[in-house]
Amino acid sequence: MAKPIEFEVNGKRYSVQYPPDTPLLSVLRDELGLTGSKYGCGEGQCGACTVLISGVPKRSCMIPVSTVAGKPITTIEGLEKDGRLHPVQQAFLDAGAFQCAYCTSGMIMSSVGLLQGNPKPTDPEIIQFMQGNICRCGTHPRVIEAIRHAARITQEPRS
Amino acid sequence: MSDFTENFIPEPERYEFRAAPIHQFELARRDFFKLLGAGIVVFAVAKQSRAMQETTPSRAFHNEELPKEISSWLHVGEDGTVTGFTGKAEIGQNIRTSLAQTVADELRVPIETVRMVMADTALTPFDAGTFGSRTTPTMTPQFRRVASAARDLLIEVAAKEWNVAPEGLVAANAKVTDPASGRSLRYAELARGKTLAQNLPVEDPVTPAPEWTIAGKPVPKVDAREFVTGKHQYTPDFRPAGLLHGKVLRPPSFGATLDSYDDSAAKALPGVIVVREGDFVGAAAPTVHEAQAALDAIHAQWKEVPQISNKELFAFLKKNGESKPDDRSRKQKGSVEEALKNAAHRLDATYTVAFIAHAPLEPRAAVAQWSDGKLTVWTGTQRPFAVRDELAAVFHVPETSVRVIVPDTGSAYGGKHTGDAALEAARLARAAGRPVKLVWTREEEFTWAYFRPAGVIEIKSAIAVDGTLTAWEFHNYNSGTSGIETPYVVPNQQTEFHSVPQILRSGSYRGLAATANHFARETHMDVLARTARMDALEFRLKNLSDPRMRAVLEAAAKSFGWPHKKSREGQGFGIAAGYEKGSYVATCVEVAVDRSSGAVRVVRVVEAFECGAIVNPDGLRNQVVGAIIQGLGGALFEAIEFENGRIKNPHFASYRVPRFRDVPQIESVLLDRKDIPSAGAGETPIMALAPAIGSAIFDATGVRLNALPMVPNGLQRT
Repeated sequence: MAKPIEFEVNGKRYSVQYPPDTPLLSVLRDELGLTGSKYGCGEGQCGACTVLISGVPKRSCMIPVSTVAGKPITTIEGLEKDGRLHPVQQAFLDAGAFQCAYCTSGMIMSSVGLLQGNPKPTDPEIIQFMQGNICRCGTHPRVIEAIRHAARITQEPRS
Repeated sequence: MSDFTENFIPEPERYEFRAAPIHQFELARRDFFKLLGAGIVVFAVAKQSRAMQETTPSRAFHNEELPKEISSWLHVGEDGTVTGFTGKAEIGQNIRTSLAQTVADELRVPIETVRMVMADTALTPFDAGTFGSRTTPTMTPQFRRVASAARDLLIEVAAKEWNVAPEGLVAANAKVTDPASGRSLRYAELARGKTLAQNLPVEDPVTPAPEWTIAGKPVPKVDAREFVTGKHQYTPDFRPAGLLHGKVLRPPSFGATLDSYDDSAAKALPGVIVVREGDFVGAAAPTVHEAQAALDAIHAQWKEVPQISNKELFAFLKKNGESKPDDRSRKQKGSVEEALKNAAHRLDATYTVAFIAHAPLEPRAAVAQWSDGKLTVWTGTQRPFAVRDELAAVFHVPETSVRVIVPDTGSAYGGKHTGDAALEAARLARAAGRPVKLVWTREEEFTWAYFRPAGVIEIKSAIAVDGTLTAWEFHNYNSGTSGIETPYVVPNQQTEFHSVPQILRSGSYRGLAATANHFARETHMDVLARTARMDALEFRLKNLSDPRMRAVLEAAAKSFGWPHKKSREGQGFGIAAGYEKGSYVATCVEVAVDRSSGAVRVVRVVEAFECGAIVNPDGLRNQVVGAIIQGLGGALFEAIEFENGRIKNPHFASYRVPRFRDVPQIESVLLDRKDIPSAGAGETPIMALAPAIGSAIFDATGVRLNALPMVPNGLQRT
């Protein structure tokens, strides 16, 4: 059996035994039951599986589980705090930025990553950063609107 | 439409899958209350005469079967919760919300108290499928009628309670009030302890659109919070206890059959189930990794058969297209031959469209579980009842032993009419004696699903000196009949669909062949306008009598600022319009073409859309904008490449779909016709985009593109 791999997801420590090249996405979904991160292509081309690893958005379908040992991971399930949505989740909700919503978790995680590194992105910066996330329903304009909105509400002091 | 249209009996759309046979709903009436608790239930029962009329092959292009017998029902519970039941599936088109709005509106309750149970063959009435933009025109009026009847029933209960005449009582805010005495009773109180059921004919009067209060408004998606938190469970997210993961061994090419087979090494692996039935080979194991390892250990040799490839495609379609003079797929009016001979200007052209993939982001998936000879399957399909019947037939069990549940699904676009993954998962689950989940990989999705059919379209046409259309001959080879009829007034017409033996597995796609037929027709109209030295909009209006089509054209043109003056090099403008499935669309496009690099960019799209009375303008806008963006792919760059029965670009890296950078500035102009019954909106908004883009590219460059996709590798130098 493979050596246990330890890492932290949404503030909780886990130890799993999986072949080291197993994609992180499979471990999150099948072992930890965190099914909010989606399989869309398994090839790092669609962004549906995006999670934050040490704060940076990554395609979890392309990340071997062995490489995240000791690192903090945030998934869509880890954004909501005490029943209060993360500003990016709230912004997607307000903008109605989804149709089938299968891409939404990945869109939100990429957006969180974008705003952490660049709190006031311009439209071209948003488009550039989100280029790796596919939405087949064509909800892109609302996603852009949601990111702009999230940037605004993140700037405002929390009440 | 014209008398010409009405008298034309074409072949039914071959690429919209035919509906399943008629079924009565099995659940006995007395069981409803056991299932739902006490309260009030109203069933919509389609009147036999109407059902007959609607299911007889009609004089329309589509032969989509409508619900029979019981088609929907509604329950008002003792806690005031209202539950609507429908066999339709939510696949991103937002009907869970629009149907809930309709129920809330007609029953006079807050939308928060309405929940919809959808697409579950054990709980919901039979439904042929969620396709053809049929939910809004068929299911919405039915829910209005059941809700209206439930409201009347609640008023009757209150009247009896108070011993007054029901006529003076008012239902509003989930209460029945007696204005004379001021007393009121909540629906919850009225339903308490009751087991009242009522059937109603579908013709009951309902609230007219101008009086809607909850419908007609931009109500947000009802379960939106589930999606932004990742809590909603799509099929691939189900994890029943004891779950195994399944994988299927795919042949190297289409039509290949097993020649030799040895699974002894695979079967020796611990915890693995290997199944072979005919040419089906699959494995189930505790992890996907182990299931794949089992498949890798199988020695299989396949016998392949020769196949048509990309490069011979259009010649093959043209050569093998059937033409039968008495075919229902042919219509004729006046004499095209005569009119072409006497034409002031004659114009003939050929257009082609490629095979494209739906590529829904949620791939085909299923979770199957057998228990005491009964099968339960969760799967993302547009046709749960057809999948149930297919499973029952394949496994030789009664339909009552199979339950298909469709969780709200990660899109379909016409691509999920079948139950492929359900069959595969059920086969493996039966052998394993445990639940099995099977999720297609992206490569499987691109390869083993079905495609929007490729086609060749030939047009011969003539106009008079003043720009009046005089002759129109239209031949579609293989792609289909949707939108094949011209909405323009032409005295001499011939239209024909030529079916061709299937090359790649083909099926429904958002808008079906209407995209191909509109691309050809509207591109041709642009060329004719130029031939007549007329503005493209003016030329269309001159040849149109349908006021609704004129209205969308004029609305799009007005918002866009048509005709637009070019202000820079490489700028071009195009316009196109169409009618299909009860709704109208007109699209204006601005492109920017860089002649040195060949890069084509769609800069701006203005689209006017009219589908009668709008049920939810926010959801509708999402559908219209979404169709435009999805349509960019098929118009500009999407094409399946294939050779020797293999798909050569089965990945998002090689099959380009629209991404953020491709998205233009989009303005949707929604015309709300409260005087016209609501039509669906999932498909028609995609149809006019490609020809508008093509005409804009011509306007910018003088290069006419007659093949979809138009610029897969940029605009080539000529």
